[in-house]
Amino acid sequence: MQDRPTLTPTQINDELLWPVFSFRKRHAVAFIPPMILLMGGVAAVTILIYQGLWVTGLQRPAFWGFFIVNFVFWIGVSHAGTMISAILRLTQAEWKRPITRAAEVMTIFSLVTSLLHPVIHAGRPWRIIYWLIPYDFSRGIWPDVRSPLVWDPIAITTYLTGSILFVFTALIPDFALIRDQSTGLRKKIYGRLALGWRGTPRQWKLQGIFGLLMSALILPVFVSVHSIVSWDFAVSVVPAWHVTVYAPYFVIGAVHSGVSMVLTLMALMRWIFKLENYIWEDHFDAVGRLLIVIATLWLFFFFLDFAYSFYTREEQELAVMERRLFEWPFNAITVIMVFTSYVIPIPLWLSRRVRRNIPLMFWTSILVNIGMWLERYFLIIPAIERKNELTFLWSNYVPSLIESLVVLASFGMVGFLLLLFAKVVPLVPAWEAKEGVIFREDVQFGEVTLPGIIKETEEENVW
Amino acid sequence: MADNKDIMGVFADTDTAAEGARQLKSAGFVQDDYDVLTGNPYPEGAFGEHVKPNRLFVFALAGGFVGFAIAFLFTAATQTAFPLVTGGKPILAIPAMMIIMYEMTLLFAMIFTVTGVIFESRLPRPSGAGPVYDTRITLGYIGLIVTTSEDRLEKAEEALKAAGAEDIVRESS
Repeated sequence: MQDRPTLTPTQINDELLWPVFSFRKRHAVAFIPPMILLMGGVAAVTILIYQGLWVTGLQRPAFWGFFIVNFVFWIGVSHAGTMISAILRLTQAEWKRPITRAAEVMTIFSLVTSLLHPVIHAGRPWRIIYWLIPYDFSRGIWPDVRSPLVWDPIAITTYLTGSILFVFTALIPDFALIRDQSTGLRKKIYGRLALGWRGTPRQWKLQGIFGLLMSALILPVFVSVHSIVSWDFAVSVVPAWHVTVYAPYFVIGAVHSGVSMVLTLMALMRWIFKLENYIWEDHFDAVGRLLIVIATLWLFFFFLDFAYSFYTREEQELAVMERRLFEWPFNAITVIMVFTSYVIPIPLWLSRRVRRNIPLMFWTSILVNIGMWLERYFLIIPAIERKNELTFLWSNYVPSLIESLVVLASFGMVGFLLLLFAKVVPLVPAWEAKEGVIFREDVQFGEVTLPGIIKETEEENVW
Repeated sequence: MADNKDIMGVFADTDTAAEGARQLKSAGFVQDDYDVLTGNPYPEGAFGEHVKPNRLFVFALAGGFVGFAIAFLFTAATQTAFPLVTGGKPILAIPAMMIIMYEMTLLFAMIFTVTGVIFESRLPRPSGAGPVYDTRITLGYIGLIVTTSEDRLEKAEEALKAAGAEDIVRESS
């Protein structure tokens, strides 16, 4: 058991609020890599808009390439943020405190980043505005509710709105904290954002209930969003996409990549913002154990997907599976994917020593995300490259440099937005960190002292 | 009441703040006369206060119903407005409508819940955290704020000081 420091409210304020009140070198340096990636992406998108979509590797029949692969990847990553936070809140897991906000914010920024992809993919992004605003209601033509491409924006908008509201409401007490500790214009701005928060027992109680109620509401949305993203594929009649298992397969894949991304984020937060007093080895240990279960479930669905195709014995289904497993470069991608997202990390995570080794957890979580990105490529590309009776439509998708730069820039964008967010509010909720100290009570068992947590037990106090 | 004024005792720790609440009660103040301001949540009743029940779940339920109704009307109305039979299927595609109704039910439930939290927390306050507030509260201090008529303010101040309040903040007249 790691030593858990006892912190005073002033110390918590100082340690969590320094990125807001000062701009230290470590924070500034952290901005450099994402900004380089982001600039590459801006250049790539500029070229794409100027030259047209031919600069990408998209051509008949593969019109869904890196952009859509990356779109699905980031939607997936956005999932675990809210999932992990909501599940930890609902189960009242005490170790949730330092993780929830960063996870929820990652959800928002991943969603925003993913939403940019279809816009870039349109080639002429300004035309999207022509299609949407003003919507052509005058002819009585409305969006077709039977199309998954209508369900998808509705689900994503719901998830994004819910996540923003979730984060904002939980931020109000911290806005008040910054308001009280600052002067001048900053005090005025945070004063507005804090809505006049004072910290009465009623306000605190409502915050607690809100966390539980909102978690209960957002979990069903979380499950639905990636199910619906999977239906973008599964509701079509493309061989190997048209599978009923796609919804749970996508959801579990999203959770696997997202929780790994939370792990990456925890390590980075600990290093950049010196949060050793808040993000402990115990947290890495707990998330590592959770990931073993999630990864194993993902592997089960991975095999199940093959089983569905083999069971139907349809020629076209088998052709896609054969392509995924035996044809270059998909055979290499499949092997790398299985190794990076399961075979390498899981046996390592079985060891408690590895789970408590933060650099190792960081690198293994990166491996999982490489694997899970490749998984999206593995699912999407071989199926649309299928050969039909028109031989002039036969071609292979080869991603271009432009697309690769946009993919790299998406990582830069999420990193940049997170660092910027950390400049505005603490990534670890200060009030929750203080609550953790208040409710903590060391319990003596003979010669051993263990950290215990006081919980309210009367039912009327919970709701 | 319009002529009521606020007075706040600022306490450095939980024990003196709880003592402050006891002193207020023995001085004849009731639970509704005072409130506690803290920088983080404490177990309910730590300062002898009683939090009145809230109706947050009503907001969530109402939001759910509103969202469901809007989605149902919108999806049904748009399909009947352009009744194009596809593949001999019914005009109203119920399973597809259910997906949209599901999302909208949850969306409105979430929006109403957040509205409910803000409303039930008596926010936003146009006067900010004031009129009586102390920025040390977010540094771990505890504020015991008494709202009473002007003639009882002295009595409240005495009780707060007797309990060991570090500071007394009065509402400017």
